[in-house]
Parts: sequence; structure tokens; C-alpha cells
Amino acid sequence: MSTLHTVNKSPFDRPSLASCVAHCLPGDSILLIEDGVLGARNGSASAKMLVDAMANCKVYVLGPDATARGMAPDAMVTGIETIDYNGFVELAVNHKRTQSWL
Amino acid sequence: MSKTNKKFLYVNRKAPHGSIYALEAIEVVLIGAAFEQQVSLAFLDDGVYQIARGQNTKQIGTKNFANIFKALGDYDVRTMYVEKESLAERGLDVSDLMEITHDTDDAEDLPSIQLVDRAEMARIMADQDVILSY
Repeated sequence: MSTLHTVNKSPFDRPSLASCVAHCLPGDSILLIEDGVLGARNGSASAKMLVDAMANCKVYVLGPDATARGMAPDAMVTGIETIDYNGFVELAVNHKRTQSWL
Repeated sequence: MSKTNKKFLYVNRKAPHGSIYALEAIEVVLIGAAFEQQVSLAFLDDGVYQIARGQNTKQIGTKNFANIFKALGDYDVRTMYVEKESLAERGLDVSDLMEITHDTDDAEDLPSIQLVDRAEMARIMADQDVILSY
């Protein structure tokens, strides 16, 4: 059964996203929340990590956190899905476990 | 006594003395150990520094909790997975880590530290019921 990985720190501050991606298995999901959403911006140094991860995993961004930081959906890496708080709950119940990358 | 026996993994990714994460983790491990679950610890990224040999916090006036790891065997915490790549990236190898052992009914002083590579660590994480991250 799959894992929901949440990342809540900027990839430019610490290697949480890099470590998450390196431990993600096929079928897992990655949800960027809080400052973690900063990694979703297209053209950023972290974009390639997410593009590579999307070969095996689904990547989500928590919309309210992205909006709060001025990041519109069209500024994000293509293929990332924006979800709301209800979507977060759905992801949590649809995976066997949740792992937080702090 | 709990009816279900679950696999708990505590994931430690922070260096020990510059923030509260590592101390909080070890305190929760000690609390959790009372509930007779299958508990193991993982050390990766800067978390490997938590079990480095020779830590002494006397001059910074904080609690030196490193030695608690050595006592975890008494609480049936017998497995500590350490990621090889995280050690290598920091110029460390297993000789830089504390010796941590546990006893079983059949044997004494068995090593608790298990070196695993990144892919093995991912599989270990995927085998858990509950992951607690610090």
C-alpha cells in the first residue's frame, strides 16, 4: 500500500524535498504544503526533481498555501494538481500511511 | 495491553543540539516504548549526527541525550536503521557512530545499528503501519 509524503519546507532552505523524492516509491503521492509549495514553481531549481518524481508518483500542491504565497496554478510545474483542504483529507485516507518530511 | 501490534518507525533527520526535534523524538520513543508496539528508528540526512560517538554537551549547558539511545535496548527497541548515503555525504562511517547494543532471551550485546542503503530505507518505510517524523 502506498504512502502520502508531505513536504512543508522550502527546497531552497533544506533538502526535505530532495530526500522525500529519493525515498518515494512508485504509486506514492507527494503533497507540497506550507513553504513546501515554493518548490512547485516552474523554472525553479527544484522543478526537475518534481518532473522526475512524476514519472512514478503523483504530485499535489495545497492550494491555500500556494495562493498565500502568490503562486498561481499556471506558474507551477505542469502536471502538478492543486487541491484544497478536503482534498488533503481524501489523500490521507486513500493512502496507508503518511510521512512528513520536515 | 493493546489488542493490535503495529510497526512504528521514528524517522530522525535533524542534527541533535541546534533544535528541539531530536530530543523530542527520543522522548516520544521512550513514551511509545511503554505500549508494546514494534518500534524501530531510522537515521538519515543530518539525523545520523544524533548517534555520533563522543558527544558532550557540558559546555553548551543542554541535556546530552545521546546516551539514551544506548539504553533503548532495555525498552525492546532493537533496530536502528542508518542510511549509508547519509553517512558518506557527511564524511562519516560506522566507526564514527556509538556502539548501540541490545539483549534478547538468547543472546547479549547484539548490535542494534543496521546500515541500509537509500533504496532499502525506502522499502523499510513502506513496510510500516505508522511513521513519526522528526
